[in-house]
Amino acid sequence: MFSRGIKPLAIATAVMTAVSLGLVFFYAPLDADQGFIQKIFYVHVPLAIVALCGFVAGGIMGVIHLRTGDRSWDARSYVAIHMSIILGVAVLVTGALWAKAAWGHWWLWDEPVLVSFLVVFLLYCVYYPLRFSIEDPERQARYSSVFAIAAGAFVPINFAAVRMAEAFTHPRVLSQTGGSMPGEMRLTFIACLVAVTLLFVTLWKFELTAKNASAQLNRLRRALEPEGVS
Amino acid sequence: MPALPLDEAGKYVAAAYIVFFTLIVVYVAIMAAKVARIDRELTELTDLAEQQRAERDRDGEPVA
Amino acid sequence: MSVPAVDRPPPSTFSTARAILRKDLAIELRTKESVPAMTLFTVTVFVLFHFGLDRDTLEGDLASGVLWVTLLLAAVIGVSRLFATERDQGGIDGLLLAPVDRTALWIAKATALFLYLTAVELVAVPAFAILLLGPDLLPALPVLALLLVAVNIGVAAIGALVSALAAETRAHELIVPLMLLPLVVPLLIAAASATEPLLRGDQGAEDLLRWLGLLTLYDVVFVLIAAAVFDFLLDD
Repeated sequence: MFSRGIKPLAIATAVMTAVSLGLVFFYAPLDADQGFIQKIFYVHVPLAIVALCGFVAGGIMGVIHLRTGDRSWDARSYVAIHMSIILGVAVLVTGALWAKAAWGHWWLWDEPVLVSFLVVFLLYCVYYPLRFSIEDPERQARYSSVFAIAAGAFVPINFAAVRMAEAFTHPRVLSQTGGSMPGEMRLTFIACLVAVTLLFVTLWKFELTAKNASAQLNRLRRALEPEGVS
Repeated sequence: MPALPLDEAGKYVAAAYIVFFTLIVVYVAIMAAKVARIDRELTELTDLAEQQRAERDRDGEPVA
Repeated sequence: MSVPAVDRPPPSTFSTARAILRKDLAIELRTKESVPAMTLFTVTVFVLFHFGLDRDTLEGDLASGVLWVTLLLAAVIGVSRLFATERDQGGIDGLLLAPVDRTALWIAKATALFLYLTAVELVAVPAFAILLLGPDLLPALPVLALLLVAVNIGVAAIGALVSALAAETRAHELIVPLMLLPLVVPLLIAAASATEPLLRGDQGAEDLLRWLGLLTLYDVVFVLIAAAVFDFLLDD
């Protein structure tokens, strides 16, 4: 059910990743300000964007689950959030590396993306204890969807709030996806964004397929061993 | 000007990309373990199904 | 066994909400479990800040931050306890047997939380002014009151939802703060930034509209979402 189209997706991901890396290291010009360090931007920002979209998508899938009662949408929502959290770890680590290389500190409060990400990350970490402390599977799915919806709505509002706060206390010091990006950089950035998106979708389908297969195996086992169960 | 000279900076860029790849590779490893487990369970259940079928045959029931 | 049909229209959402609210307020007035604890907590935390920061008076951004963070931490206590009576006595099931809109339950709980927060702030804000605030509170009071109302609405809406989400889980005292505090960060950002100029020696209300806009956006979005989504909780 979930694995439809996974093979072409995987191939596209591999191709895009190779192309993007090539663009990053052989095509994109060096930044005037930050030199080679700026290359981190091509992995850090796409990861952040895809992760944030993953969180919002998880919320939308939660809405579909509640409206249709179809539990497969809760599974989709869960995996999307799960993977976005993992990407979130990568965002925070690569962001810290960038901050250290460019500014000498492992953390920057001036970077709205990084700060807002920390808050969102802290919120979504609660998803696991919430989900797994509810035993009834139907209720677990429902409550998870409710959380996914509230948290998904929270992501853009939080981003806006943090951005407003930073604009007033610290002017934006690290200009990233500004309009002043030359064409080669923009092309490279978009290629990386596409690659990370494809990667996310491929792995998402992969995980859903594996989970579904496990669930089906459990059903099969229960169908085959009715007497063994006391 | 960046805070670090360019050869120092290279290490951080490399580290960032290494983090990205490590995450992917670790994920693939975990998924590989999951698939291996699914394969094992599938074999187990297939054996069980065949065993149950053999028992039904032995008990004299008509083969489906 | 025949039961005579009762020919009465089902109670409206608002009258149900009012009934639940009255019950909750009656329990709170009798047992005094939430509001006094929350108030005591805020005053205690002010004392902690005095020792922790080693300051006699605060002003500007420090004062604003201490005040709002303390109020939000106290709100966590209130949110934790919001469904306590229902949990302890298995009361949620009683509410579910009646053909009642779950949204009424959310309205009642959110309103109760709003009232508790207001009660706490009626004591906590003057206490803050006496204990820690350097500049005079009175000129800042009208705008501060407006900010408090806006924040209370947001906290009440999201707090009632969080409380219900966590109510059935095993580790709910841990989950409530961990879930609530990140969710109220936008409120904190807006309130603290708006309050900072009020609590300086020079009372200016810079960019107040921008922060009020953020507060309003948050309140509207989360009141709508919480009200819409609450129906799917407690649905057995």
